[in-house]
Amino acid sequence: MKKTLFDKVWDAHVIDSIQDGPQVLYIDKHLIHEVTSPQAFNELADRNIPVFRPNQIVATADHNTPTLDQHLPVRDELSRKQLAQLSENCKKNNITLYELGHKYNGIVHVMAPELGITQPGMTMVCGDSHTSTHGAFGTIAFGIGTSQVAQVFASQCLLLTKPKSLRVTVNGTLKNGVLPKDVILYIISKLGTNSGTGYFCEYAGDVFENMSMEGRMTVCNMSIEMGARGGMIAPDTTTFDYVKDREFAPKGDEFDAKVAYWKTLPTDQGAVFDKEYYFDAEDIEPMVTYGTNPGMGIKISETIPVDNDPSFKKSLDYMNFEAGKSLIDTPINFVFIGSCTNSRIEDFRVAAEYVKGKRKADNVTAWLVPGSKQVESQIIKEGLKDIFNAAGFELRQPGCSACLAMNDDKIPQNEYCVSTSNRNFEGRQGPGSRTILASPLVAAATAIEGKIIDITKQLN
Amino acid sequence: MEKFTTHTTQAVPLNIANIDTDQIIPARFLKATDKKGFGDNVFRDWRFDKSGNLNTEFTLNNPIYSGSILIAGDNFGCGSSREHAAWALVGYGFKVIVSSFFADIFKGNALNNGLLPVQVSESFLSALFAAIEADANTLFEVNLETQTISIKGTDLKESFEIDPYKKTCMINGYDDIDYLLSKKELIEAFELQKID
Repeated sequence: MKKTLFDKVWDAHVIDSIQDGPQVLYIDKHLIHEVTSPQAFNELADRNIPVFRPNQIVATADHNTPTLDQHLPVRDELSRKQLAQLSENCKKNNITLYELGHKYNGIVHVMAPELGITQPGMTMVCGDSHTSTHGAFGTIAFGIGTSQVAQVFASQCLLLTKPKSLRVTVNGTLKNGVLPKDVILYIISKLGTNSGTGYFCEYAGDVFENMSMEGRMTVCNMSIEMGARGGMIAPDTTTFDYVKDREFAPKGDEFDAKVAYWKTLPTDQGAVFDKEYYFDAEDIEPMVTYGTNPGMGIKISETIPVDNDPSFKKSLDYMNFEAGKSLIDTPINFVFIGSCTNSRIEDFRVAAEYVKGKRKADNVTAWLVPGSKQVESQIIKEGLKDIFNAAGFELRQPGCSACLAMNDDKIPQNEYCVSTSNRNFEGRQGPGSRTILASPLVAAATAIEGKIIDITKQLN
Repeated sequence: MEKFTTHTTQAVPLNIANIDTDQIIPARFLKATDKKGFGDNVFRDWRFDKSGNLNTEFTLNNPIYSGSILIAGDNFGCGSSREHAAWALVGYGFKVIVSSFFADIFKGNALNNGLLPVQVSESFLSALFAAIEADANTLFEVNLETQTISIKGTDLKESFEIDPYKKTCMINGYDDIDYLLSKKELIEAFELQKID
């Protein structure tokens, strides 16, 4: 029988099946962070169950960490306690932790790939819905709730019903200035926020084949925004080259043996998917969102659609936008380049290339938050920090930051923020804040102009 | 986990589509290290206005509505995987959430906390909203054994799906950890022969 990439990885990890029920799936790597793990550790302690495979767990502090003065004690008492709890839990259970200040500290979905923890053919979970990011390597990676975090602690397994399969194929050549973020925002705008629910998605076609690993991570990251538990891209030479020589990647003969196995993983010709969608690369343009879910996106040159649905109207009211209007020239006071979607070195290179020799508009606060300490060092090493400083942008320290505003990085009430993050939900970036999702290029251009511009005019 | 069999109460209507878990419990309330207290902040930014005053227009603050069933619009629970959303709804006192569609991770989290997600057809969902609008004291019965939801005093009834394994867990108050621990030998055997 012809198998998909997803089938091959899934089937290789099934230990047992309950009749008319879920399967027992083995988990290779478990990533944890401070927000969704404490209650799981408590659960195990209360029931006197030991952590089964501590060496398959890696922890980082990211959601709740400050992005300024990381060498000082965390000011917010609750955040400080939560971070201390993570350190204590990891120490007690012999779990590797990259805490604040560690050279490998960073957003969980930036840290694991750059260290070679993420590898093709694995099953990976984390108590965070953007775990789908790791699917870029041909990995089954998905977000789980805290009860499931406890299950993996206890048994290195989960009880799951195999999801259905979905494939999104994009062929052709992307236009100048169209970034991976635009590709995924375009797909979600066409398919909607629940089209992928119950499915695992594979992205195929030459657009993804020609994309860098970092671009593929951006795409897979947002799979959850169309409801899919995860997204995957077939591993290829780009993947193997990226993984090779990274800190925790297999080395020498072991690496070669892995590559031989990884090469067997791509979907068989003729394998059948439960659902398929096709798009042309030439139809995609730089995107922006206008509403309060990531499916509410338009090409930057388009106008907001007209829809009489009450939830749609509620969403536009919240954003203070009008149906039928364009977003071009909307004044913007806040720009955020960061989050597990777009905080890797390529994202900062794109932004730096655009802002080089320019100066941000006076009304704009522009925050740049690298995804990890390693990305931060690379920004400095490549001289990008100087470019950003000269342009008036503020380079902060790594973390999830204003993507979800659990720390002090909040967008004020009623303010718009053009953000490279993944969610434009009401209040996501701070109570009353209004998020417009976009690529790092659109975000950088917005910071320079102090308003949304039609970037396509500059590019063509 | 508390056992669940049959539940009959009034219901609270929340006719908004795509309610994400950031609305159910905003990120700034996720700093606790236990499961207590989240109910106080459920739908925080809808229950209170920007100055922190009670928003009397919001359904949870409307005294005519009561009961432990929440009836919500399509695609409930999308977004973040935070289980705190389920803890907040349970903490507030809800036992059942009815919608025409649930996001995956939320649904799993709800089931792991004894909160029953009941997925009904769009037309039945409209009938539920209409029944509450006609009389806020309408009673609804959710029967997990027979997998049905009905509007009391009418013959309107619909059946709903649930994974048979999860149904057994809900009825008996079991959770997945007990089951997985019983498979330890199989798991260890698998680890020895695993490819990757």
